[in-house]
Amino acid sequence: MENKKQKQGLGKEAVQLLKSNIRDYMMYIALVVIMIFFTIQTHGGFIQARNIANLINQAGYVAILAIGMTLILILVHIDLSVGYVAGFCGAVAAVLITQFHINEWVAILLVLVLGLVIGLYQGLLVTRVGVPAFVTTLAGMFIFRGLLNLTLQKTGTIIIPNEGFNALSNGFIPDLPLGSSIHVLTMIIGVVAVIAAVYVQIRARNNKLKYNFSVPSTPIFVGKLIVLSAIIMVIMWVLASYSGLPWTAVIVGVVLLIYNYMLTKTRLGRYIYGIGGNAQAAELSGINVKKVTLFAFCSMSVLAALAGVLYTSRLQSATPTAGLGFELDAIASSYIGGVAVSGGIGRVTNTIIGTLVIMSLTNGMNLMGVDISYQYVVKGIIFIVAVAFDVRTRSKAK
Amino acid sequence: MNDYILEMNNITKEFPGVKALNNVNFKVQRGEIHCLVGENGAGKSTLMKVLSGVHQFGTYSGDIVYNGEVQSFKGIADSEEKGIAIIYQELALIPELSLYENVYFGHEILKGKNIDWNETIVKATEMLKKVRLDVDPSMKLKSLGVGKQQLVEIAKALSKDVKLLILDEPTAALNEDDSQNLLNLIKELKEQGVTSIMISHKLREITAIADTITVLRDGATICSMDCHEHEVTEAEIIRHMVGRDMDNIYPQREDKTCGDVVFELKDWTVDDPKKGREILHNININVRKGEIVGLQGLMGAGRTELAHSVFGNPTGYKITGGTLLMEGKEQRFKNPKEAIKNGLAYVTEDRKGNGLILIQDIRYNTTIANLEKLTEGLAINENEEIRVANEYKDAINIKAPSIEQKIGNLSGGNQQKVQLAKWMFVNPKVLILDEPTRGIDVGAKFEIYTLMNKLVEQGMSIIMISSELPEVLGMSDRLYVMSEGKITGEFTSEEATEQKVMEMAIKS
Repeated sequence: MENKKQKQGLGKEAVQLLKSNIRDYMMYIALVVIMIFFTIQTHGGFIQARNIANLINQAGYVAILAIGMTLILILVHIDLSVGYVAGFCGAVAAVLITQFHINEWVAILLVLVLGLVIGLYQGLLVTRVGVPAFVTTLAGMFIFRGLLNLTLQKTGTIIIPNEGFNALSNGFIPDLPLGSSIHVLTMIIGVVAVIAAVYVQIRARNNKLKYNFSVPSTPIFVGKLIVLSAIIMVIMWVLASYSGLPWTAVIVGVVLLIYNYMLTKTRLGRYIYGIGGNAQAAELSGINVKKVTLFAFCSMSVLAALAGVLYTSRLQSATPTAGLGFELDAIASSYIGGVAVSGGIGRVTNTIIGTLVIMSLTNGMNLMGVDISYQYVVKGIIFIVAVAFDVRTRSKAK
Repeated sequence: MNDYILEMNNITKEFPGVKALNNVNFKVQRGEIHCLVGENGAGKSTLMKVLSGVHQFGTYSGDIVYNGEVQSFKGIADSEEKGIAIIYQELALIPELSLYENVYFGHEILKGKNIDWNETIVKATEMLKKVRLDVDPSMKLKSLGVGKQQLVEIAKALSKDVKLLILDEPTAALNEDDSQNLLNLIKELKEQGVTSIMISHKLREITAIADTITVLRDGATICSMDCHEHEVTEAEIIRHMVGRDMDNIYPQREDKTCGDVVFELKDWTVDDPKKGREILHNININVRKGEIVGLQGLMGAGRTELAHSVFGNPTGYKITGGTLLMEGKEQRFKNPKEAIKNGLAYVTEDRKGNGLILIQDIRYNTTIANLEKLTEGLAINENEEIRVANEYKDAINIKAPSIEQKIGNLSGGNQQKVQLAKWMFVNPKVLILDEPTRGIDVGAKFEIYTLMNKLVEQGMSIIMISSELPEVLGMSDRLYVMSEGKITGEFTSEEATEQKVMEMAIKS
């Protein structure tokens, strides 16, 4: 009898949890539905290890851009220039490596510095001169598109014959020399990630319990942990059965961890949410709004430079068309990932899910051979549905 | 004998989890001024939203009988058509449009399919005259003060041929002069046959103007008092509002001794580049340790501007002369951050606009101004943060289920308490409170006064800016009066009377 009661309570709690977090869950559900859809349509081709690795490599530069964009959008600004900043920086990296014969790692570092300079230029225009970000970065679109063309004017497309550089977006992490058929290091990383995730979750829950905050009941919590761990392990298993973890995943993972920590644990993160929520109130609370905004623009452009490096590495060449429409994917990823259109709300971890949604669509439709024109329409529809849903659920919550 | 223009019978309105109105009965006689009072959250605004159709027919139970007919309003348009107009606390006008455009905005006068501008101007001028606003109707709304904008809003209501006018705290943002003006206007409209329902927290106004007073508490009608049968006193209203006697609105402080001067302005002169003129002229004031200094003046006297100019100048004024001394040391703060670091804090008058971050929770807002204190290495110590936020929540009685409650969902009084908690955590030497009790109910006001007393007893100094004269007189040890950017008078609490202060406040 008692057992039955508990079960009813559990069901109720699950529904309650689903209702109050409908926004987040919808995103996951959408991703799963999209993946299942493409798997069926491509007769399993989509879910194959080879394609998953491919998807990760494809999504890498968008993910990096979207992480930076999340900060900008939380602050209720926008950066339209990221695509061509990425394209330009990628081209500069190619020139440095092929024409000036600079070591690839030094070249990447130089390009990141170039990104910082671009960020300073745009950030100072927005914060000190007071030009709206929309205008500043629209001008940036013109400028960096022009600079990209100028950089490649003499040579045209530059092929980069540099293995280290190209491995960034095509290569996989090396395995331990055990001669096993599956990729052991990948599995080890998977296990470590699961342990870390479980540890962090349990610690957070215990902390909440200490302060008598409401937490999900134990079965639900354990259920969530099991699902989370299973997802990580399945992905790692699939990757390990192919060539292992792509370098791109490692790079995105590191950037994601840093930005997530920054946003959730540090003062800077708090300030970003505060300014996005109410800039005037933030200023009067002693927050240096201009400095924080400048930081966000610098971070955005540095990440754009990194995205440019990844994209160039992926193509193994720098082309004058690189960067076209990147900003659209990045902005769409952030909004699909739950950044509030009115600012002040958003998480980089969810943005990554948004990126996966957008890039799964791209990847899946490419596999199906859908014409690129239709692809844009489909992506646009998914984007607007996600944002409309977001706006509705938020206004209801009020 | 009773001729009711409006009868709301057994109105019950529920929101998820709360019963906002519970069997409320509310009857308004034709041609009277009916005041609706109650603490924040008592259900006044909800009741008016039910009446005006914002909460649609069908989402509540009970009857609305208006002019003898049961109504089923599906939206504001329906109720407006029947001659019910509601004027909200926040003005619903467009600053960049002219007065005549504003008056007929949403119900333009048409000739065929086009707007008949000539007719609009003629009619609008007439309406503006009715509210005794003798200005050029083609001037932009934004060039008028808040008081006069309020009048434009009423002119707009009149242009719709209003029979029942609902005013939601019309004088909350007005100074004494403008308030008086507005109240007189409401009386005049009454003579012209317009029935008014007024929601207000200012009990003095209510007793002066009301024919009938209805008190709501916790979503229920407590009583309806006819002011012509017997004289209703403020004390009586308060007793019904809070459900108990309140002997003293202003709590007394035991220890009234003050220390040395901690904050001083000498010949402080400020320009506003946007207006292109000097807005503060040679201000000289000082505040001692453990003292509450009032800063009284009419709206536009420059009190908030003064606060902004000393508090790191976030509005971008130009300080052209004078010195600011904190504990004898000369300072000129570049931004609020610097001011806060040096022991100055400013609680803004507009807690929703620029005081709090509404989409964040109590915990976030409590600690945001002093995260330095909670940071260890790179990260914020969240355990410590939760401890601090809970401590303040309990200490100053913020009513919320937990510190994870979003600020936007709290009542005005509780929001104000969070603002105070935020600055208490910073622990400044001098705290500037700008209209600390605006739009807050009596009970919460008392708590905030008590808290102010506690803070000065602990050695803090408070500068209290307020438009409510009784409050300034009741709370200050000493007070300055400002008018048109100048200090026009200084009184000790013993010397000050309403009469004397008002004389100084209107002096130019």
